[in-house]
Amino acid sequence: MSEFLAMGGHGPYVWSAYGVTLAVMVYNAWAAYRHQANALARLQQAEAEQETRAKPTVRQIG
Amino acid sequence: MNAVPMRSRLWRAFHQLGSPPYVYRIAGRLAPWLGVASCVLLAVGAFWGLVLAPPDYLQGNSFRIIYIHVPSAYLSMGGYVLMAVAAGIGYIWRMKLAHGVAVCVAPLGAWFTALALVTGSIWGKPTWGTYWEWGDARLMFELLLLFLYIGYMVLRMSFDEREKADRVSALLAVVGVVNVPIIHYSVEWWTTLHQGPTLIREGGPSITMDMLIPLLIMLAGFSLFFGWLLCKRLQGEILRRESRTRWVRNLAVEAAA
Repeated sequence: MSEFLAMGGHGPYVWSAYGVTLAVMVYNAWAAYRHQANALARLQQAEAEQETRAKPTVRQIG
Repeated sequence: MNAVPMRSRLWRAFHQLGSPPYVYRIAGRLAPWLGVASCVLLAVGAFWGLVLAPPDYLQGNSFRIIYIHVPSAYLSMGGYVLMAVAAGIGYIWRMKLAHGVAVCVAPLGAWFTALALVTGSIWGKPTWGTYWEWGDARLMFELLLLFLYIGYMVLRMSFDEREKADRVSALLAVVGVVNVPIIHYSVEWWTTLHQGPTLIREGGPSITMDMLIPLLIMLAGFSLFFGWLLCKRLQGEILRRESRTRWVRNLAVEAAA
């Protein structure tokens, strides 16, 4: 196992390259899902605001 | 077959591809399948490449970086062509959705270009004795590709109006596409540090089967991964562009319930 990890002396290069790649891919997957979720959340917020604005306002008579 | 229904069917397909609700639905349905398939292929390809494939007789184990470097580089160039074609279609036929595709490809392409540069640099140290060589044509044109992606995104940010951003950034995307064949042929036109092509070359691939198969699996895995994220980004982009339409507003209400 340690022989496999050492990669004949090339371990640091191979594993850092694979590590960076894995990190970038996981980050991109997360960012893509967040991109869509944010868009949907913003739409829902806009709809909710519209709803409260549409309600008739009660004018206080003093 | 009659020519008329064939033509009308093609037209229908074309119009459906330009229809945001249709594309939104298709992208949402495709995404999970692409996600699962890409993760399986990437896991199999990485195991094969790291464990089962034999070490290179010349480079030893450092050559295993090829299984992430080549697919990243391939996506960086393929992504740029996709971005340029989509932006061009959007410019010529004034198709908003095509501009949307280009916008979604840009950050993904930029990330894979960065990955190609970083993994290549790490591979360069044990192989060439240096992380970076300013005189190498392949490295310089790949770096230019990263700047083109970033330039496209920054240029868009400088416009408040989305339609104007679409049109101006499309010109940059289309003009920049000349860089892609230059990257591909750079190792043949200028012989410097970077090795020659492994796959797309005269006389077929230059590596043996037990090294080639995992590379093809990784290429497929990276491509499906790219498609997966493109689907999700496109969904978000459609929601942003169509936020005033009835169908998107209904969708928001339904999702909230």
